[in-house]
Amino acid sequence: MNYLEAIGKYFIMIREVFKKPTKWPIMRTLILKEIDELIYGSMGIIIFISFFIGGVVTIQTALNLNSPFLPKSLIGFATRQSVILEFAPTFTSIIMAGKVGSYITSSIGTMRVTEQIDALDVMGVNSLNYLVFPKIIAMLMYPFAVAISMFVGILGGWVAAVFGGYAPSGEFIKGLQLDFDSFHVTYAFIKTIVFSFVIATLPSYHGFYMKGGALEVGKASTTSFVWTSVVIIILNYVLTQLLLG
Amino acid sequence: MIEVDNIHKSFGDNHVLKGISTRFEQGKTNLIIGQSGSGKTVFLKCLLGLFEPEEGKICYNGRVYSDLTMNEKRDLRQEMGMVFQGSALFDSMTVEGNVMFPLEMFTKQSKAEMQERVDFVLKRVNLIDAHTRYPSEISGGMQKRVAIARAIVMNPKYLFCDEPNSGLDPKTAILIDNLIQEITQEYNITTIINTHDMNSVMEIGEKILFLKDGYKEWEGTNKEIFKTDNKAVTDFVYSSELFKKVRQMYLEERN
Repeated sequence: MNYLEAIGKYFIMIREVFKKPTKWPIMRTLILKEIDELIYGSMGIIIFISFFIGGVVTIQTALNLNSPFLPKSLIGFATRQSVILEFAPTFTSIIMAGKVGSYITSSIGTMRVTEQIDALDVMGVNSLNYLVFPKIIAMLMYPFAVAISMFVGILGGWVAAVFGGYAPSGEFIKGLQLDFDSFHVTYAFIKTIVFSFVIATLPSYHGFYMKGGALEVGKASTTSFVWTSVVIIILNYVLTQLLLG
Repeated sequence: MIEVDNIHKSFGDNHVLKGISTRFEQGKTNLIIGQSGSGKTVFLKCLLGLFEPEEGKICYNGRVYSDLTMNEKRDLRQEMGMVFQGSALFDSMTVEGNVMFPLEMFTKQSKAEMQERVDFVLKRVNLIDAHTRYPSEISGGMQKRVAIARAIVMNPKYLFCDEPNSGLDPKTAILIDNLIQEITQEYNITTIINTHDMNSVMEIGEKILFLKDGYKEWEGTNKEIFKTDNKAVTDFVYSSELFKKVRQMYLEERN
């Protein structure tokens, strides 16, 4: 019953987010600030993780393709497919659920604890629109981060293949171009957009409706990360079945 | 003026407000006092429109809150200023940003006009050199003054303060009390203060409402509170030896 109540409350929150919008000049500033905080501020970790994940995928694929009848280009092919279909959109989203999600929950939760949200409500500001809407819009930039993640992941794979001696550059690139289906990129971006909405709104929900003090802010951040990850994993399955199944 | 007529508010089985009726006059500092759990905060939140009572009505200069449309309620909210117990300043904004915030949100003033108004109210609360500082960089007393400046920047008709001098040293607490009283009289605002501070009761309580277990137990002025023989009030207000002596001296002086 509690879960059902929470799901209902989440969707009511989403409806409230789009009501009674904040003045555009203020909203524009908030959106730009959130893009800087949520997307630009996460690029370092996204690039770092993507590069090494790409490298690891390449090494593991190369080590498992030990038959002389299998062409080395398959290493590039497997790296491309793994990175584009799964690692860049899903793995990065789990990382973002931790980094951005806990930031969102703790910042909104702290505002709740210190009565800043009450102050907005008393002034007649739609606090949900003011706090959550800019995050949703900022997270629409997330597919660009995932595109960079895809590129860097494949680059990491190429570096590992070539400098690790697992495949020559030409073979690896040939594999990257093998049987390329552009819908796989579309599928990855559809997933990313759905995940971006989840990453912006679920942690906001946990922060906005939290009760208690500083300790509860920490607990809310942890709960938010767990639930955001769970929802991402479930939606990943559902979307894959719907779009590729 | 705010008139409250027989309001009831419950949370589940917990009946918090049990038929409170009173009137808060314009241009006066009205104080709500009572023990923890007496319903002060819920009552204040009802007055602010954050909670809607199940029964009774609250009337703001003739406008009954429950009869207003959503837009009218929003307009009414903009006539209210609130000073929170912990100041509730936006910690991502400077002092100037905090005070300017309501103007940016709700007016069409130019940047220069807003700046002029912000400078004026900050000067009014005796904060001149704090414009570019963040709430975390200023003292508790200064934070309260910024909160007051933010609350009055829109020229409110109603000012609500939730324990405005809690956590402050006695000298700063008196300064804040006096500032609120001065502003109330200067701008002819209906000010309602939720407090535990007996100094405030004695100093600025032009009207005092004493709540007990969700009921209105007593109301009167800071002069009348010396003379009352209501046991609940005297037990609460004169719980310290110091205040007992103050009361005794006051009564002896009058006799």
